[in-house]
Amino acid sequence: MKPSDPSITWIDEKPLGLAERLYLPLFIQGLTTTARHLVSPKVTVSYPEQRPKVGNPLIYRGVHRLNRDEEGRVKCVACFLCATACPAHCIDIVATESPWPDREKYPESFQIDELRCIFCGMCEEACPVDAIELTSLLDLTGKSREEMIFDKEKLLSVYDMTKDAEPMKSDSLGGTL
Amino acid sequence: MPTVIVDGKEIEIGADERLNCIEAARRGGAEIPHYCWHPGLTVVASCRMCLIETGSRDAATGKVTMVPKLVPACQTPAKDGTVIVTESQLVKESRARVEEALLIDHPIDCPICDKAGECLLQDYHFEHGQPERRADLHPFTSRKREMGSTVTLFVDRCVMCTRCVRFTREISGSAELMVINRGAKEEIDVFPGFPLENKLSGNVVDLCPVGALGDKDFLYQQRVWFLKAEDNVCGGCATGCSIRTEHNQDTVYRLKPRENPHVNKWWMCDDGRYGWHHLHDPSRLVEARRAAGGRARREGGADDTIEWSDVGRRLRDDLGAAGRLAVAVSPMLTTEEAWMLCAVARSIDPQAFLAVGHVPIDGADETYPGGFTIRAEKCPNRLGVEGVIAVFGGVDAAGRVPGWNALLDHVRAGEADAAWITAAYPGGWIDEETAEAFASLSCLVVQDLFESPLSRMAVWKLPAAGFAERAGTWVNAAHRAQVFQQAIRPPAGVWPEGRLYWSMLGRRGLYDAEAVRRQIADSSPTFAALAGDVPATGIDLRIQQLA
Repeated sequence: MKPSDPSITWIDEKPLGLAERLYLPLFIQGLTTTARHLVSPKVTVSYPEQRPKVGNPLIYRGVHRLNRDEEGRVKCVACFLCATACPAHCIDIVATESPWPDREKYPESFQIDELRCIFCGMCEEACPVDAIELTSLLDLTGKSREEMIFDKEKLLSVYDMTKDAEPMKSDSLGGTL
Repeated sequence: MPTVIVDGKEIEIGADERLNCIEAARRGGAEIPHYCWHPGLTVVASCRMCLIETGSRDAATGKVTMVPKLVPACQTPAKDGTVIVTESQLVKESRARVEEALLIDHPIDCPICDKAGECLLQDYHFEHGQPERRADLHPFTSRKREMGSTVTLFVDRCVMCTRCVRFTREISGSAELMVINRGAKEEIDVFPGFPLENKLSGNVVDLCPVGALGDKDFLYQQRVWFLKAEDNVCGGCATGCSIRTEHNQDTVYRLKPRENPHVNKWWMCDDGRYGWHHLHDPSRLVEARRAAGGRARREGGADDTIEWSDVGRRLRDDLGAAGRLAVAVSPMLTTEEAWMLCAVARSIDPQAFLAVGHVPIDGADETYPGGFTIRAEKCPNRLGVEGVIAVFGGVDAAGRVPGWNALLDHVRAGEADAAWITAAYPGGWIDEETAEAFASLSCLVVQDLFESPLSRMAVWKLPAAGFAERAGTWVNAAHRAQVFQQAIRPPAGVWPEGRLYWSMLGRRGLYDAEAVRRQIADSSPTFAALAGDVPATGIDLRIQQLA
């Protein structure tokens, strides 16, 4: 579009009034804002010495975990729906026949590339058995890329670590099982 | 011409066509849902999904008389004046009731069912089912039974369409499957001690409209929506079944038959169906290797990996320096690749001896009651390669194209100094003794999928492409030429034969099988039928010769 385009309406800047030309009223107005923030309560925290407070862990989207059922087995049934829903293609599952009579198949391996993940929570929404959940763990660090590919054991250990602080969401949200 | 009225539209059908209402309605653009009916099997009309309203129009007065009850479309022949109503309120309600009844004792374990995504129960429920359920349904795990070495039955997922039972009775003729119990307790089963073991067993999995019959080879491997399908032709035997190669990220997961009335109808054999595993064998040859200093490999010497871009030039130099050339054109190659190989060979040595490569024969042809034939000739393109060699004038005094034995005699008689053997067989094909015939040659080029006694003594050891990695045309035992595209890429940057020969002929750009095909069609009356576009079901090469 050129500046001469007829669909553009050109407006002139408003001329300065007396207060603007005097400069001082606006100067005081700006300083007042600064002073108000000096005394108001702080919204930032000094991470990592200080931990940020997670508002509602039920809707927070942090590190994934793989839930266990009552018998301590992985709850996942290897249906690939999380991998299908994942827009970042970061979930890699190898399914196999399950060793348990009440279950058809289970994940032989379950990997999430946490570096590739965009923490959108689609996997959690897609899961028909509430096996994959996002916790409120937010400090996700590692020394190598390999370390950041979480396998089944690691994801289950995240569950073991967080299950007391954050019980399975399905109970409080009216889950499927 | 008989006229059928489909939802108010008049459709003309052939005078001697024997169509049922499903097929006639399809001509009129109306899809009637059905489970138990399959065009290749007898009609039982047991699923009741295809119930429609029908009637007849009086030819003289034009008055339409409707049948008071719904009738199964699969069992109702369409004839002149047949009126078919597929979308009335009555029909819609009937379909919803059938879906509802089927779901009452269905496990609804779709997330772990391998059929999900290509399941007729899912599709029809989405399209014809009712949105609310009146029964209190709870998902449960289906019981599971082994039917045989290839197929698992998930008992509770079955909708009792009995397509599989009819298949084993009518097409494979082995009749292993049967229905046990009665009424709501009906189940598919085999008789104890007589499992589902026949060479067509995999077809029952394709026929199953729901997830009841599972292919053990594919079970739990991949969800079907991740798969991409490419039209292909099976390279397992000279029948050349039309197939779909279903793959994801250059890995084949399964092969499925593709309907082709001239070749395999709807079926394929288990040898072909599970005959793709060699494509992903880690022991495949993946590098172009040349023995350092000519014949060093025979003395246990080292060899070098040659860059693919240099292979053509150096191969030409080596073969040109060696002298009289003999070429075995493998019946695993496509016609286009064979044609280019012959052209390359003749450009190196204008007198090059061309012969059809080893033709593997296993037992005798097996024909099943349904008409399906598994050929003993375990290669897809002997006729195509013979035709190409004949085009290049490579026939003997009696007008026959020399075969593998003729090539062996030729080499043993010392009439060749160099040989170029293309193979690409999925398994071992040559023994030490036969390979010894090539020991005295000054340059031996072997192009194969796997290491063999022959490749161990070769100066040039080139990798070949597998069947899904090629593009071109195969001519089956009935002279039907089928054109197909490459489905997956070969491993580790291997150049398929077509690409190598294309570059050796000095042609620019990527290997274009279609351009070569048109050139072959122009050069020979044998292949003249390939000049135009070839339909997906292939074309009979003899039509041109008959005309």
